[in-house]
Amino acid sequence: MMSGPGDGAVLALDAVTRVHGQGATEVHALRDVSLTAMPGELVAVMGPSGSGKSTLLTLAGGLDTPTTGAVLVEGQDLATMGIKERARLRRAFIGYVFQDFNLIPALTAAENVALPGELDGRRPRAAHAAALSALEEVGIADLADRFPDQMSGGQQQRVAIARAVVGERRLILADEPTGALDTQTGEDILRLLRSRCDQGAAGVMVTHEARHAAWADRVVFLRDGVVVDQTGPEPVERLLAADGQR
Amino acid sequence: MSVKLALLALLEQQPMHGYQLRAEFEQRTGATWPLNVGQVYQTLSRLQRDGLVAETGVDGPVDAAGQHRVIYRPTEAGRAEVTAWFASPVARSQPPRDELAIKLALAVTVPGVDVAAVIQRQRSATMAALQDYTRLKQSAGTADSAELAWSLVLDALVFDAEAEIRWLDHCEARVRRAGAERRTQLAPPAATPSDQADRADETPETTPSTAARPGAGTAR
Repeated sequence: MMSGPGDGAVLALDAVTRVHGQGATEVHALRDVSLTAMPGELVAVMGPSGSGKSTLLTLAGGLDTPTTGAVLVEGQDLATMGIKERARLRRAFIGYVFQDFNLIPALTAAENVALPGELDGRRPRAAHAAALSALEEVGIADLADRFPDQMSGGQQQRVAIARAVVGERRLILADEPTGALDTQTGEDILRLLRSRCDQGAAGVMVTHEARHAAWADRVVFLRDGVVVDQTGPEPVERLLAADGQR
Repeated sequence: MSVKLALLALLEQQPMHGYQLRAEFEQRTGATWPLNVGQVYQTLSRLQRDGLVAETGVDGPVDAAGQHRVIYRPTEAGRAEVTAWFASPVARSQPPRDELAIKLALAVTVPGVDVAAVIQRQRSATMAALQDYTRLKQSAGTADSAELAWSLVLDALVFDAEAEIRWLDHCEARVRRAGAERRTQLAPPAATPSDQADRADETPETTPSTAARPGAGTAR
C-alpha cells in the first residue's frame, strides 16, 4: 500500500510514465508524472498541444494504462482491477466532461444523464430520479425532455456536467470543457465545476486557457510530458488550513 | 491614468469634498489604484486653478487642523472636459515601459540565461495572480452599479493577466522553434535516428498568438 502525498486523495498519479511506440519511434507522452487531486480540490492542467494533457486525463480515467507507475482512484490501484471492475468504477465513480459535450443525440437530456446509472444496473425509475436531481443542480431541470439538438451549446454542456456529477461521482475529469462556448457561458460552466468541487468532489480539468485554469485551486504546467511547475498551496497545507476550506 | 479626469467625473455626479472623492474613487475601482488624500487635494487645487472646479461650501465642523472640509463642484468648463473625456478613446501612442518585455528581450540576447526558466517563473507568478483575481471575481456581486464597476475592473485585471500568459506561451514556442532551427542548421547533413526523434518531440505551436501585448491594459 502506498503511503505519502497520495493518502486521502481521490486521484493519485504516482510516477506515471506512458510511452507510445518502440525503439527509434518511441515517444514519451508522459514522463514520471506525479499528481494528486484531493476531495474538494479542482486541479487545472495546462500545456500546449502535445504536452501530454490528454494522455494524463485518459490515464486518470482508467481508459489507458501507464507504461510504468501507478494510477490510484480512492487509493485503489487501477492496474490491480479487472476490465469489468474498472468499467464499473468509471460508471459509478468518475464523471467526464468533454469539449464537444458527447451527448447521445437520440436520447433526451434526462435519458443522457440517467444512462450511466442504468448501465450500472440501477432501476430506470431510480436512475431517472437521480438524473432529474442532477439536472436541477445545474439549473436546467425544465429542459429534461429536450433532445441535444434542441438545446444551445451552453445547455448541452450543462447536461454533460449533470451526467458527470450524477449519483456518487467523486472524481470529475474535464477535457477543455469550455472550449466551444462563449466567454459568459464558459464562465457559468466553470462556476458549476467549481461549486461541485467545493461540495467535496475532486476535479481535474485540462485547458489551454489561462483564464479558465484560474478557477482551479492548483495549476499544473505540463511540457513534453513533464510537470515543470505548479501554482497554489500544497495539499498538506490546504488540509491544515484552519477552516478546512480551499 | 488621469486621476484629474476621474475626480472631475465623480464631482459631476454630486459635489463632494476630498475625503468623499477618495472613498468614491476607491469604491468604484476596488482600491486597485489607491489614492492618498494629499494627492486628491493637490489635484483639486490644480482643477480649481484651471477653472474646472469651484468651491461650493463647507462640510461639518472644523477638523483637527482648524479647517473646514471644502466641497467642490465642477464648472461649465469642467463638465465639458468630462464629456470630452468620455467621448474620446484613451491614447496608446507611446508603448509604456514594460519591465517584462524588456527582461525577456535581454534574456534571449544575454548569454547564459535560461530563457525557458525565466518564462515559466513569470507564468506561474502571473497565473497565481490570475487565480487571486478569479477568486475575488467569484465573490464580487453585480447588484448595483458600484459593484458592477468593481467587477469590470477585476475583468480588466483578469484579461490583462491572461494576455500576459498568452504572450509568454507565444514567446516560449518561438524561442523553442528558433532553438530547433539553429540545431538543424548546425547538424551534419545525414540526420541520425536520434535527431529525428528529437525533432518529433518538438511541440507544435498552437497557442493563439492574439495577445495584444504592447501596452496591454496599462493604458487604462
